[in-house]
Amino acid sequence: MTAQERAELEQFIEQAWETAIAMGLDPFPVHFELVPAHVIYEVGSYGLPARFSHWTFGRDYHRQKTLYEYNIARIYELVINTDPAQAFLLENNSLLANKMVAAHVIGHSDFFKNNTYFAHTDRRMVERARLHADRIRQYEMEYGPQRVEQFLDAVLSIEEHIDPVEPTYRRLKPEDYRHQKPALTRPTSEFDDLLGRVEASEPTSARRIPPEPEKDLLLFLRDYARDLEDWQRDIIGIVREEMLYFLPQIRTKIMNEGWASLVHERILESLPLTPTEHLEFRRMHSSVLSPGSRMSINPYYVGYQILRDIERRWNGEPPDEDEQVESDWLERPKPRPQGEGWQKLLEVREMECDVTFLRKYLTEGLVKRLDLYTYKLEEVNGDLVWRIQETDWEKVRDALLESMTNFGVPVVTVEDGDYERRGELYLKHHYDGKPLDIEYTTRTLRNIAAIWGRPVHLETVADGARLIFTCDGQQVKQRKA
Amino acid sequence: MWQNPPFILSQDPWDLHHRAERDRQRHNEKVKEVIKQNLGEIISQQDIITAHDGKIVKIPVRGLELPRIRFDPNQGKRVGQGPGGSQPGDIIGRQPGEGQGTGKQAGTEPGVDFYEAEFTIEELMALVFEDLHLPNLQEKGRKQVMADTTQFNTIARKGPLSNIDRKRTLLEAYKRSAKEGKPGFKIHADDRRFRSWEVVPEPQRNAVIFAMRDVSGSMGEFEAYICRSFYFWMLRFLRTKYTNTEIVFITCHTIAKEVDEQEFFAAGDSGGTKLSEAYKLALDIIDKRYSPREWNIYPFLFSDGYNWGDHEVVQLVEQMASISNLIGYGEIADELWGHTDAFAPLGQALYERFANDPRVVLVRITNKEDVWPALKRFFSKHPEVEQL
Repeated sequence: MTAQERAELEQFIEQAWETAIAMGLDPFPVHFELVPAHVIYEVGSYGLPARFSHWTFGRDYHRQKTLYEYNIARIYELVINTDPAQAFLLENNSLLANKMVAAHVIGHSDFFKNNTYFAHTDRRMVERARLHADRIRQYEMEYGPQRVEQFLDAVLSIEEHIDPVEPTYRRLKPEDYRHQKPALTRPTSEFDDLLGRVEASEPTSARRIPPEPEKDLLLFLRDYARDLEDWQRDIIGIVREEMLYFLPQIRTKIMNEGWASLVHERILESLPLTPTEHLEFRRMHSSVLSPGSRMSINPYYVGYQILRDIERRWNGEPPDEDEQVESDWLERPKPRPQGEGWQKLLEVREMECDVTFLRKYLTEGLVKRLDLYTYKLEEVNGDLVWRIQETDWEKVRDALLESMTNFGVPVVTVEDGDYERRGELYLKHHYDGKPLDIEYTTRTLRNIAAIWGRPVHLETVADGARLIFTCDGQQVKQRKA
Repeated sequence: MWQNPPFILSQDPWDLHHRAERDRQRHNEKVKEVIKQNLGEIISQQDIITAHDGKIVKIPVRGLELPRIRFDPNQGKRVGQGPGGSQPGDIIGRQPGEGQGTGKQAGTEPGVDFYEAEFTIEELMALVFEDLHLPNLQEKGRKQVMADTTQFNTIARKGPLSNIDRKRTLLEAYKRSAKEGKPGFKIHADDRRFRSWEVVPEPQRNAVIFAMRDVSGSMGEFEAYICRSFYFWMLRFLRTKYTNTEIVFITCHTIAKEVDEQEFFAAGDSGGTKLSEAYKLALDIIDKRYSPREWNIYPFLFSDGYNWGDHEVVQLVEQMASISNLIGYGEIADELWGHTDAFAPLGQALYERFANDPRVVLVRITNKEDVWPALKRFFSKHPEVEQL
């Protein structure tokens, strides 16, 4: 990008910023950096600049860069959730593309600052990640790169098993339990069995670890695995901390992209563009906001359309023909709000995450217009094909919500850290109708056993029966519970 | 520092920033490790044997993902999005069968986690040959032939950025700025220095390889295929790593003949089998052209093990062993005989005599995947021979 173009871009951002403020946005300050493609792909595959080193990041980098080089896919922009936000723009993008991207970035920065799910993220994560990387490099020198890599492989394979409510919630430790009196050792009335009080009369062991089922597997391993060295506990902590930082982004992907797309559209529409620029902008805009591959949804498109729909409804525009009119308890049509669309959007971008957003605002009309459906694998004439199952809007919405529950990862809790008093770890998968991938699960169990240092059990359900996998470090056996 | 509005736009040089390279290389190494474990299967493919140089071979690699506790990707419902008007019952994709070439789609379909590694034939060769050596090679002869090794011992002005020598680059930049009399400095492209290598010729040893194959009528299509594929890899290997070794090709049924390379590979099958003729011819050639005092000698013979006069062969191999560095005998048994573990009569006779002699290496090949282990057995280091 030439100095002249840079000056023009700078001037544009200035205007864009003022427009955004006038719209009621409140973004973090932003450091825009124009970088060559390999830098954007590097940051994109690591998630953060200067994050620790691992071959999986190298693999992603290789993939993304190849896709870029073959002109199949490209990243236009990347924003890091920090204060000030750091944004990377591709230096060989056209000037107009970078204008659009800069406006888009302002939308992300506003979202990071205001959405409630980001309230507890560490806004100095870039610096922290750099310190983490330094420590891990130090461990590589002290304990050998191979040992560190092996341990990281194991920890990263369970990185999603953390508890995102952690920052606001203090979990009980075993010592907290010691002071609790065993409640209700004697029956208080003849209705105890009906009131479910009987179970409580069993004395609870004061030393039970964890005191209650623990969802944060990483935290539990860090604190209770017996034979870990300090550097290993540190690595678990690092991976967990970085995952806690990334989780809100995973949980708000649709909203965040939808919001940024809406913002860039509003900003570009309100600033003077030449007719050619306007045409190019519209072309780029609609290529970003188009249906995804048929096997997935495009979060930009879905998020953007839902937001537009909310704005329309709260502005009091007449309902679509297929729109259900909301009614009160007497089945009288509710009065529609008038002219509150933008205000409502600002509120939505602050309060919701994808799950709540879709549950509240994905309507029948939207499912139809976005052409969403459920599909699954079926056998047809000996071939395995992916086939559309339902287009009914409630079923589609529920399937979408279900796929996002617990960020799409099976819920697993630590039930017992001293199973059968042998120091073994007992995990439970909370089965909700979807079976586990056995091959992957057994390989993961080996990793957990390697960290725990003793046998690990995992309870799940397969073909309607309770099943327990046990890994003694090498072999994984399964038995019926 | 933050003005109003609070943003900064900057553009800095990033050419020297290549942090992801290290992890990319580590990933490539891991891909290679996986491939090396499966070399037996890969190198027995016909299309690799017939590939021309520079051809790109795609090898699907599985398992370069970290495992996760995840849902079965082939069960349950997912949500997708169409261009409009999608109906229940529409087919939107196919699940490729396992092991099939999945093309560019690999990795994008749900549940398929193939990673496709791309190699040129040369890179694949380098992998195959990494651990192979001519065993028990001794310094013999005056006509010393060259084997090339590369050493990182020099500095160049051009090179890949991963080889940049930071210290020298900085020094050059300082020097140039000092000469120009400008305070401070910037690194110009001309200042860059790269660590580079030189090809160092290493004095090598004279070696002659006798490639002998049984072309009698009992050698069927499968036997011929194995034989060709073994010698194909052997020649590639010798020509990559030991550029100047000499190779003598001998075909044999009831009569042994010295032939050229083309004829050797093309030879069809006819007649009975008298392998003693092959060894006799080889000994004769050694006598005339390759004095054992000047040459390292490696005779290899492939046969199905059905032969006239096994006793004579054993005697000749004995004679051969006294002047050779290593003798290889490969017996090819097709599925019919494959279920037994025993050698056919010739192999049996050799086994009885040479079971405890490390200079004679006997292998048995029953399927295509055995070619690689056979190569490894013949061309690995044989410390027990070196002690003799």
